[in-house]
Amino acid sequence: MFRLLQIELIKLRTSRVSKVLIVGYFGLLLCIALIAAIKFDIGLFKFHLADQGIFNFPYIWHFNTFVASWLKLFLAVIIVSMMSSEYSNKTLKQNLIDGLSKKEFILSKFLTVLLFSVVSVVFVFAVSLVLGLIYSDYDELGIIFSDLQYFIGYFVKLVGFFSFCLFLGILVKRSAFALGFLILWQVVEGITAGLLYWKAEAIAPMVTRFYPLNAMSNLIKEPGSRLGAVKSAANQLGEEFTKNYDVQTLDVIIVLAWTALFIYGSYAILKQRDL
Amino acid sequence: MSQTILTLSHLTKKFGPITAVNNVSFTIEKGNVYGILGPNGSGKSTTLGIVLNVVNKTSGDFDWFDGTETTHEALKKVGAIIERPNFYPYMTAEQNLQLVCKIKGVPEEKIEEKLELVGLLERRDSKFSTFSLGMKQRLAIASALLNDPEILILDEPTNGLDPQGIRQIRDLIKLIAQQGTTILLASHLLDEVEKVCSHVVILRKGESLYTGTVDGMVASHGFMILQGNDQHLLMETLENMNAFSSIKTEGDLLIAYLKQPLDAAALNRQLFEKGIVLSHLEKKKESLEDQFLQITKNN
Repeated sequence: MFRLLQIELIKLRTSRVSKVLIVGYFGLLLCIALIAAIKFDIGLFKFHLADQGIFNFPYIWHFNTFVASWLKLFLAVIIVSMMSSEYSNKTLKQNLIDGLSKKEFILSKFLTVLLFSVVSVVFVFAVSLVLGLIYSDYDELGIIFSDLQYFIGYFVKLVGFFSFCLFLGILVKRSAFALGFLILWQVVEGITAGLLYWKAEAIAPMVTRFYPLNAMSNLIKEPGSRLGAVKSAANQLGEEFTKNYDVQTLDVIIVLAWTALFIYGSYAILKQRDL
Repeated sequence: MSQTILTLSHLTKKFGPITAVNNVSFTIEKGNVYGILGPNGSGKSTTLGIVLNVVNKTSGDFDWFDGTETTHEALKKVGAIIERPNFYPYMTAEQNLQLVCKIKGVPEEKIEEKLELVGLLERRDSKFSTFSLGMKQRLAIASALLNDPEILILDEPTNGLDPQGIRQIRDLIKLIAQQGTTILLASHLLDEVEKVCSHVVILRKGESLYTGTVDGMVASHGFMILQGNDQHLLMETLENMNAFSSIKTEGDLLIAYLKQPLDAAALNRQLFEKGIVLSHLEKKKESLEDQFLQITKNN
């Protein structure tokens, strides 16, 4: 297993494009910290975002994993291109001839997906922890380490999304088309969800919950409306929030099921294809 | 008892309605140099693709090393290049070979030795994308040799190269063959196969027409080219000797096809005893090309 990961790491380490994108990705993750610097100072109206409670433990875990998951597109580009370039350079063929089995090939790509996800989780955790320690109003250990469920959600979300990208890379073989397909898929999910809500509202939430991209985005719900300031504003307007912001077990299971399906699908496609 | 490296039995591959490989069977024994001959589109590359795990067979079977291992494990003991050299363009020669070492599970010490063998040692740190086709092909050979393979499989290794490059690759193949490595060389270039191979498999339209040694390809004993002081007498004498199947005149020369073994010295002595002095005597075998054309025509 370690050998398979080493093989992938040689491929990534030597590619300048991958290196730039990876560095760019983690650089941007670091930029979450810059949110803290958002300050408006217009006469009497003073606004400092960091003071609005977004960096309070444990809310920060929710907020940061939500923001960080937008950046996953960066790594998605790497994953799609690392797969499709194996086709265009015919190195996939050569790897197999050199003695890698098709199963090992898929496994090595999946291990890379896991590695990216783990590193991203650790990185976001570290950045958030530092930010929290600086800005949080609460610093009891019990509070700091509560609500870590968002990292489970974040990890599963990344693994699921990257597995989808991997599958598309293998299916479509061209990185631009694969990314186009990803966008197309998002649009299809959106349109069919719209139609369902219009024609069959009763079953719509049930059905759309199983859509792969929708299931991934359900893992971490938007944290904006949970913010104290927003909440109190809404309360004044008479709106009430009864939303459950937790990471739902069913969503985790749905995404993991999709992940398994994507990886198995990748293997099945590769197995039956003549290269 | 020679060791079997690869056995194909009744291997068939269909691409939709087209049968690319039809019921091909042959065996590769250790230590020989095999040529797979056949015109373009005769199924050479597909056959190799099947045994190399990149093309799925439709029916039939193949076994590496007596079938005791899975194909991908067996391939770690094989060196193969099919069609064009395939490497990561953004990696250097050395990095590419390191990757192959990892895949095959062999130590990286061999890299230097093999780069030296193919004459690319001083270009080890150049990116693959900067290489000429000849250099790429040589790097591919170095890569295929990294594990000191039981068998080296080459598919059209001189395709697209300039004469100099062709010479380099051929010399390399001969060198490797001399070291005792079993080689399987697919080519449509007959002289290429003739120069290095001891055994041939001839394919046409996916079917194998002949499998065996190069010498045994045609049951012919060759032919004599003669010129004497008296051509009429010479012709008459040869006809009476009963050793030739046919005799024809080509300009000043007589060409006599043997139907039984006869060496040139013995013929010369017999003719001299009958008072015929030869000014030209040459014994020749049909070229592989003649034999190949004959086999593919007859079938």
